[in-house]
Amino acid sequence: MTWVLANLGQIWELTVAHVLLSIAPIVLGFLLAVPIGWFAYRFRVSRGLVLTVCGLLYTIPSLALIVAMPTILGTKILDPLNLIVTLTLYAIALMVRTATDAFDAVSTDVIQSSTAVGFGAWRRFWQVELPLAGPVLLAGLRVVSTSTVSLVTLGALVGMSGLGYLFTNGYQRNFPTEILTGIVGTVLIAVVFDILLVLIGRMLLPWARVDDAARRGAGTARVKAVAA
Amino acid sequence: MIRFDGISKRFPDGTLAVDDFTITIPSRTTTVFVGSSGSGKTTLLRMVNRMVDPTSGSIHIDDDDISTLEPVALRRRIGYVMQNSGLLPHRTVVDNVATVPLLTGVSKREARAAALDLMDTVGLDRALADRYPSQLSGGQQQRVGVARGLAIDPNILLMDEPFGAVDPLVRSELQQELVRIQKDLAKTIVFVTHDIDEAFLLGDQVVILKTGGRIAQVGTPAEILANPADEFVDTFIGAERGRRALSIQTVNGKEVVVDGTGRLAGILRSPTPESGRSA
Repeated sequence: MTWVLANLGQIWELTVAHVLLSIAPIVLGFLLAVPIGWFAYRFRVSRGLVLTVCGLLYTIPSLALIVAMPTILGTKILDPLNLIVTLTLYAIALMVRTATDAFDAVSTDVIQSSTAVGFGAWRRFWQVELPLAGPVLLAGLRVVSTSTVSLVTLGALVGMSGLGYLFTNGYQRNFPTEILTGIVGTVLIAVVFDILLVLIGRMLLPWARVDDAARRGAGTARVKAVAA
Repeated sequence: MIRFDGISKRFPDGTLAVDDFTITIPSRTTTVFVGSSGSGKTTLLRMVNRMVDPTSGSIHIDDDDISTLEPVALRRRIGYVMQNSGLLPHRTVVDNVATVPLLTGVSKREARAAALDLMDTVGLDRALADRYPSQLSGGQQQRVGVARGLAIDPNILLMDEPFGAVDPLVRSELQQELVRIQKDLAKTIVFVTHDIDEAFLLGDQVVILKTGGRIAQVGTPAEILANPADEFVDTFIGAERGRRALSIQTVNGKEVVVDGTGRLAGILRSPTPESGRSA
């Protein structure tokens, strides 16, 4: 504990670096996976191929991919872009299948009737399909977020900043407290991200909880309370 | 007026859903397509707002050949109500009713105010306005569906088995409500059902369909009941036996009406001047 207090400044710096390195892959992965997932959902023929490629992508060892990145991208070895691109690929690999399932889960009745009352394809996507895919997309995003925060620790092996540094440094110095601090810090970031995502979900998808309650057959009284 | 002219529809898998269908649907009345599954009734209905395009033949709304109209614009001026309400689960009741006006660019305030009025029209408590569809009963959801269909004050209202999934009590309530609304609004309603009782109750014109969209008989309920065109119609409307085959028996000097199963259906009275269709 004394070590933690004495090094609070450095730990904070590493935490901030870790958070920053995590955000880009999570956001980029999500933004890219949703259209790919929609494509796989919309065009059945492409579905098998897209999902297989994403599945295979996830089997590539992450460390190997990070190390290979400078060759692929032409970046410097210490460029944070290597880590960001690698983790974005993993985020996509994880997220595409969920995104496909999310669009699949939208009731065809609702889509049909939206078309029938005069939604064009574009508006129907933004105002009907995407929001209704929301709950499943959010569930997928939470997995991606947690996974990415944990994978960022790998960056330490290729000289990137982040809480992973506490693992490598603690290991070299044979100092378990430092390693433990890294683990706790990483878990805390993941938990905070998860809570934030849940809160964002509640804000953007207020109807989802009501729907849920109704499906579980909750009494009207409770449903009323939720609505109020 | 809606005119179907030699309409056929063959689906990509080869089934001929509708074969050479011709009919005129008069304005401001209710026409019911009734038939069992496979009769092509829903396919025919969906052709009116171009959810399905016919393989051959033409459909005119008044003087417009609808194949020349832009589908999205066409759909926005035709009301549509379907079986499982098809409401948007992520929008509140009032926003669901206001869906189409909002699509066409009516301001949110105006659309909501109009939607609240429509909730009155279809007998929905305004207190439900801010609920989500999943918080309503099946009957209430269908009312919202009807209100949404009426929101742009369309000339034409398409109804695809709208009361098929609610329990019998609620269904008859909704049917009565529709009769009342239609009396006030006089829309051109095209209604699809497999329930002949519903067809006779709601239809000014009833179209009985056989497999492949072939017309078995067209007429008012009274015409069809009085003169079933063939055995198929006879069986379909249940004139031979059951509730519609009524006979008169004399009990204690009074004439009572008994149905085909021998159950008492009512007492025979001489018609009084003001008794209309309900007598």
